[in-house]
Parts: sequence; C-alpha cells; structure tokens
Amino acid sequence: MQNSDIIKIENLTKRFHMGEGDFTALRNINLAFGKGEFTGLVGPSGSGKTTLLNIIGSLDNPTEGKAIVLGNSVSELTHKQSAVLRNFHIGFIFQTYNLLSVYTVFDNVEFALLLQKHTVTERQKMVMEALDWVGLADKAKSKPAQLSGGECQRVSIARAMVKRPEIVLADEPSANLDAANSHHIIQTMKKLNRELNTTFIFATHDEKVMLYLDRIIHLKDGMVEKDELVPESKTKSHVSL
Amino acid sequence: MIKFLFKGILNDKSRSLLPAIVVGLGVALTVLLHGWITGALGDSIEMNASFNSGHVKVMSRAYARDDAQMPNDLALLGADPLVSKLKNDYPDLDWVRRIRFSGLIDFPDEKGETRAQGPVIGWAIDLFSPGSTEIVRFKLQGAILNGKLPSKPGEALITSDFASKFKVKPGDSFTLFGTTMDGGMAFRNFIVAGTVRFGSSVVDRGAVIADITDIRKALGMEDAAGEIPGYFKDGGYNDTKATALMNDFNKKYQADKDEYAPEMIRLRDQGGMAEYLDIANAMGAIMVFVFVMAMSIVLWNAGLLGGLRRYSEFGIRLALGEEKKHIYRTLLYEGLLIGTIGSVVGTLVGLSASYYLQVVGLDMGDMMQRSTLMMPTLVRTRITPAAFYIGFIPGVFSMVLGNALAGIAIYKRNTAQLFKELEV
Repeated sequence: MQNSDIIKIENLTKRFHMGEGDFTALRNINLAFGKGEFTGLVGPSGSGKTTLLNIIGSLDNPTEGKAIVLGNSVSELTHKQSAVLRNFHIGFIFQTYNLLSVYTVFDNVEFALLLQKHTVTERQKMVMEALDWVGLADKAKSKPAQLSGGECQRVSIARAMVKRPEIVLADEPSANLDAANSHHIIQTMKKLNRELNTTFIFATHDEKVMLYLDRIIHLKDGMVEKDELVPESKTKSHVSL
Repeated sequence: MIKFLFKGILNDKSRSLLPAIVVGLGVALTVLLHGWITGALGDSIEMNASFNSGHVKVMSRAYARDDAQMPNDLALLGADPLVSKLKNDYPDLDWVRRIRFSGLIDFPDEKGETRAQGPVIGWAIDLFSPGSTEIVRFKLQGAILNGKLPSKPGEALITSDFASKFKVKPGDSFTLFGTTMDGGMAFRNFIVAGTVRFGSSVVDRGAVIADITDIRKALGMEDAAGEIPGYFKDGGYNDTKATALMNDFNKKYQADKDEYAPEMIRLRDQGGMAEYLDIANAMGAIMVFVFVMAMSIVLWNAGLLGGLRRYSEFGIRLALGEEKKHIYRTLLYEGLLIGTIGSVVGTLVGLSASYYLQVVGLDMGDMMQRSTLMMPTLVRTRITPAAFYIGFIPGVFSMVLGNALAGIAIYKRNTAQLFKELEV
C-alpha cells in the first residue's frame, strides 16, 4: 500500500449463495484509492458496484482476498469495530436520500454527531457549518417533506460530511434528480472534495456524474474492465464551483 | 440522545400515541380494578370484622368449635373480668363484649295480640357505656333511616327491610323470644328506637341490635359474653400481629384443659375469611400479571408494526455507524419513556374514576338480594397508596417488553443488504 492509499483492495472475490449454486458478484479485484480521490465505479446493473461499496463501507465482508480501509482489514473487524469505522470515518449518501422524516434538517445532520459524543455547542457549530457547505443553513428547522429532492440530497451530503470523514461512499446519488439538481449536488460534493480533501467513491451510471470524476473504474461481470484516470482538462473539475 | 429520542416520540404520533393510549387504558383499568377489588374485598372484610369476627376474637373453646351456630349455652362466664385483663395485657386493641343470638320476634297489634312474627338474628353490643366504640364500629349513626339510636334500656334497633316487611315504625314495641343460656325459654319486650340499613342484604333482611345489658337479662347471661372481639386501634387487620397475639394468649391457657377456658382465634380463622384475605393480598399481583401479559401482546404487535414502518430508519442508523445493540437500547428507552407517560396519564384517569366510585359507589343491591356473604350492597372503590404506583408496573413493563420483543428483528438485520434496502 502506498502511503497515500487509504483503501486497498487485494484479490477480492465476493460470492453469494443463490439457491443451490453461488453467484460471484466480484472476481479477483485489485484496486487502491488514495486520499482526496473523486472516483466513480461505473458499470451496468449487476456489475458489482454496490457490492464493492458495501465492502469498502464495512457493511459486508469479502469471500476471498482483503479489503483494507484506513488500515483496517474489513473481514477482521467485529460488528462493533465496523460500526465505529463507519461512524467516525465513512459517510454514506443514498440514492433515495433516506432522511428521517420525523426530524428536522438540523436533527438529521446532527444525528451522525450524537453517536460521537460531541457537546451540544460543538454539534450546533458543526451542523450549521455542514448545512452552510450545502447552502441549506436557512432550512435547518424544516422537515424533509418541506424540501425538494435536490435539497434533500444536499441534506444527505451534509449528514455524510458533518463528521468530516475520510471517505464518502455515494450510491447513485443523482438517480432521482433532474439534470440541474444533479449538476448542483455533484458540484457541491466536488467542492467539498477539494476543500476537505475527502475521498469520494461513487457507484453510478449517470453520465452527468461521470463528467466530474477524476478517475473512472469500469466494472463488468464483477471484474475491473478498465481503470482510467481522467485528465483534468477533460473533467468539469476545472470549472468554477 | 435522550432528547433526540424524545423529539422523535413527540413528532411521530404513530410511534407514541397508539402505544401511549394502549398503556394509558391498561393502566387506568388496572388502577380502577385494583381500587374496586380493594374496596369490595376490603369493605367486606371490614364489615365481617365489625359484625362478627373482630380482628381477633376470644370465646370459650366449646363455643369456638360451633361459632357459626352462636351456641350461647357455651358462652364465656366471667366475661367482664376477662375483658379487663385483655385490656390490661393487650392495650393496643379495643376489646368489647358481644352476644350474638337468634330468636323469634313478635309484633303485637293494638290489642296486644300477635300481628306478625319472624325470625331474627341479633347483636347485643355495648350501646350505653361512656366511651363505647361500638356505635362507631357498626356505623349506627349513618345507618339510621328512621327514628334514633337507643338512649335507654329496653330500646332496640331493627333493620329496615325487616321493618318494612312487618310494617314497623319507631315507637312500636316487640317481643323477642329466644333461649336462655341454661336452655330455658326467654322473652323480653323492647321498643323500636329506630330502623337501620347497613347496606348488606344478609344483615338488612332481618336483624335486631340491642344493648348487651338488656340481652344479658333476656337470655340469662349475667356477666357472660358469647364473644369478646378485639380490634387493632391503629387501623385494619394485621395478620402478623394477630397471629403473634393469638399464640401469646393461647399459650397462657395451654395447660387449662377445661373446654370453657378462653381461646383466641384470628379473623383469618373464621368463616372463609382466609380465602378473602389471600385473594385481597394476591389481587394486586394477579392484575399486574394479567395486564402485563395482555398489554405486552398488544404492544408487541404495535412494536412490530412500528418496526416495519421504521425499517429504513434503523437501516440508516446502522449504515451511519450505530451499533445494533445501541439501536435496541434506544428502543427500550423509547418504551420506558412512552410507558412512563402512558402510565402517568393512565394512573391519573384511573385514580379519578376510582375517586368518583369511592365517593358515589355502585349499588349492587339487586344482584345481592340472596347473597349469604356479609358485604355491603353499595360497593365502593378504595384508593390506597398502592393505587398510585400499581399501574406503572404493567404500564412500563409491558411497553418495554413489547418493544424488546419487537426489537429483536434489529439483530436479524443484514448490513450487507442496507444499500439495496434503502434504495427501494
């Protein structure tokens, strides 16, 4: 593992029991992700994108091989250690936002911090800062039902970012959004990626998202088909965010 | 975290309102039923103690064997010195002399001929001695329907149903026929001072209350008493104290083999009272158990439905790094909070209903006309200190148990499926 690599996938295979046989979702994957990357796992449905995100997010274990995240071998972590890894170091962004509908925007973002035992003052400051990053400080007291889809996804980004994790995993974050909102939220994430040097890994087949990626890993049938670095001049990274 | 949970409970009515209503209703019913049973059984025990059993009772051994038949030929002689001794040896109790008797009562017409006759049971109690506690114990003042309390020898009270049946009013005279202590025929004239209603059909249907001095004269029982009941001065019946007292007293007469020697028995030892006391004592625990079981099943189901509705919430919390154990614990905290809120509300409602029924009561006279149990026909609830906390046991416990059962599903959650589950 190079010093700058915070995620290292070595000879990783993941098989699922399906009826009488096994289904291989990932085959002999070898990948490394460095700090501050803005990378996409791209491929058709069933190519293994979400399975790989699951393993990196310590939600699942490899069948063979290793996934080392921030120095922790995922398969060797207990349930509690996995929870701690996710709680302190990994943020999640979902396709359907998954905000807690009975709580306000502030409460939703604050929840991630409650598990980390911050003081009330610290939480107040950190939540408002995160909402500021996504431009929703004025909606702190709103409920998710009062927000648009784009705004909900920005709250979801704030929730993922409020604890300043090293890694953010986003599964199809723009799938439910229109073009304008998709660009907006990707730009927001890109900005945070630059300012906070957070590693973003997307599972996507949205071309609008791909426009912003620095690195695109093409998966097909559970294997890495192509791993390409996108020259800065070809990405929208250079545009003013 | 508690504040966070509290906000969730307040904002999510389906998480809080239905379970709180179930808990509140269950708790209110527990409190009301506890008050009802405590009142009904308590009044019945108290009435039996006042009229018959005392908290403890001293009789001759021979009388004690056939206590229910009121065998006055086996009554204690030298009762007055014995009462003095009891008062001296056991000053924590109020000791009284009584004669229970049965006989025939005859109401004459204006010519002195028999107009009507009927069987009666009677209580000869101390009505005239200064400081006598019997008038208060029999609640005579409140029981008077017509007329007044006896104020001089030769006056007696008769019960209202009996008076109605024979068309008797205060001022009328009657003759009591009975059996003397020696087995001879006894009769004595009385004036009806007043009619009384005790609210117990078994008494009201035909009883006479007279002063013990008059009845002693009538039945030839000078210085004798069928029974010497004793009452704890500091409140109701106490089984532990009564047992200790009985053992102490009976030990003194152990060596005396005379069947007329005094013997003390407890309230528990008389006429099925043991079952009454045991039911009264166990009823709180029985009700708590029944309500815990019933409400737990309802709340378990509510918890399961809530768990299904909150499936994605738990998924998000797992993904965000909350441990399963922690989520489960927060569910229990929620149960504790909702259970406590429901229990407070339910207890207040239950106490209000109990208070109303304690003041007003419920007349069950029609249902108890043929009853042979000595219990008041106007049944009242009784609010005891236990009523203030008894509802919290089923309320909080069942809510926590319901959530605990429903929350087991959290442990079955597979984190590897979270992305898929959360993106439906």
